[in-house]
Amino acid sequence: MSARIENRIVAILVLGAALLLAAPLAAEKLVTSVSNHRVLISSNFTGTEIVVFGTIEDDETPIKREAGYDVVVTVRGPMQTYIARRKERVLGIWVNAESRQFIDVPSYLAVLMSRPAEELGDAEFLRRNRIGLVNQTFRQRIGADFADVVPKDPFRVAFLRVRTGEGLFHEEPKGVTFITPRLFRASVPIPGIAPTGTYQVEAQLLSSGEPIARQTTAIEVLKTGFEELLAASAREHGLLYGLATALLALGTGLLANFMFRRD
Amino acid sequence: MSIYLPIAELPVNLFLILGLGVAVGFISGMFGVGGGFLMTPLLILVGIPPAVAVANVPTHMAASSMSGLLTYWRRKLVDLGLGLVLLSGGLIGTAAGVWLFAVLLRAGQLDLIVGLSYVILLGIVGGIMLTESVRAIVRAHQGEPPIVRRPGTHAWFHGLPLKLRFRQSRIYVSAIPITVIGFLIGFFGAIMGIGGGFLLIPALIYLMRVPTTVSLATSLFLTLCTMLIATVLHAVENRTVDIVLALVLMTGGVIGAQFGARAGQAIRAERLRLLLGILVVGVAIRFAINLIATPEELFTVVGADHMQ
Repeated sequence: MSARIENRIVAILVLGAALLLAAPLAAEKLVTSVSNHRVLISSNFTGTEIVVFGTIEDDETPIKREAGYDVVVTVRGPMQTYIARRKERVLGIWVNAESRQFIDVPSYLAVLMSRPAEELGDAEFLRRNRIGLVNQTFRQRIGADFADVVPKDPFRVAFLRVRTGEGLFHEEPKGVTFITPRLFRASVPIPGIAPTGTYQVEAQLLSSGEPIARQTTAIEVLKTGFEELLAASAREHGLLYGLATALLALGTGLLANFMFRRD
Repeated sequence: MSIYLPIAELPVNLFLILGLGVAVGFISGMFGVGGGFLMTPLLILVGIPPAVAVANVPTHMAASSMSGLLTYWRRKLVDLGLGLVLLSGGLIGTAAGVWLFAVLLRAGQLDLIVGLSYVILLGIVGGIMLTESVRAIVRAHQGEPPIVRRPGTHAWFHGLPLKLRFRQSRIYVSAIPITVIGFLIGFFGAIMGIGGGFLLIPALIYLMRVPTTVSLATSLFLTLCTMLIATVLHAVENRTVDIVLALVLMTGGVIGAQFGARAGQAIRAERLRLLLGILVVGVAIRFAINLIATPEELFTVVGADHMQ
């Protein structure tokens, strides 16, 4: 019950903030679309690419921007909790020693920009507008508290490095290209190991270090057909699924023995 | 050609995994062991997460041991009584192993314990195999007759109570050491993702004085039972059994095992043991290097949701 009331309060606050923010930002509008709202995983899935398109439209009174536009596209996969561990040498052997928990962080992150982040604005601006991988929120459990830590924290740096190495975090300083001065596209790589769930696609419109507009849409990554059937039975009927796998093993062994029988 | 694993949630190269199955199957057919001690590390090497590898190798070994067991069964070489006593210890050992596996996974020390177990167990067993087979080969070269072990030699455990007679194996021993052996095989099997044939067969032959063929047959029986149970336990407890991965592995495994068995018959027994010894020691050294060498990346990141 309290969670529901909390949600309502949050909703009202968000709405209020949106109204306050929206008023002075009504200069231009951002209209975006994605090539595919549903990424379907079937047996031959090895990853895919989602193309984000967008146009910049004037409101009633067109504004002339001397500096032109910049766009940042940020894609955030479903939230998950991770444990990062650091190895240390103990008696000549490398063992996991210290560990940190990252609570509810995106399981997938892609940041695509029309220009390198440092050309879009100063560090404070980038941090405030969450532009770039390093400026995303990564909450850690520290004692009884939950908080993000300084960007230089070794665990935070390592977390970004490892996830980037796995292809699950991705940053492209020139990933957004302008086809015309007001039409842009960005292609977002979805790797084969991408987790299933809802991905939020956020596009931010900037001009000379000022945020102008923001537009969010969602895509869905899900298993289909046979893959979903198997995953669902493994999840919901673990015992039956295990017995079926065991029977499959028995059957395979039996079949092989009869096929190759020599006595 | 790539195939998506629906439970492990990652694409793998179908031919690579099938090839691994065939290769490990060939070795297991040749030496009469399950091959888990090779399959689990190889799967991890090609990028399968350790928790998924350990949970899926049992399906492969169940299929191979089923195939091999049927042949021995028709020749009436399986000592069912001995197998069941081993299994009673094996069941408790497997359950304890699966439990410890989950505890170590949560504590982040699974890789360490698995690595240490591989180095110590495989190092010792492989070392014994190497020295023993080299001695046998040297003796054969010098034209000396091979040393025949006298059956019925008394060891300390022959004084233990609960004595049982196992007719097929032609032994009369206490159930206690057999249960303990079964427990240890089940326990390390569950943690290391191995069947334990390469531990059990020497234990039966050299400690229990069971005839070689009966040892092989009974070991297959125990492997089949514990691997089937491990499959079901992993499916219920860890939900990491991937039936697609399992099918590819076991198909490759049973095909490879047929050719391996033929190749094995062409090689003299002590040379076969020497080759197996080299292989086992090689795997132990590989794990030792992993533990000692400075890793390229000191940090690891794992999802916490897989551990509840």
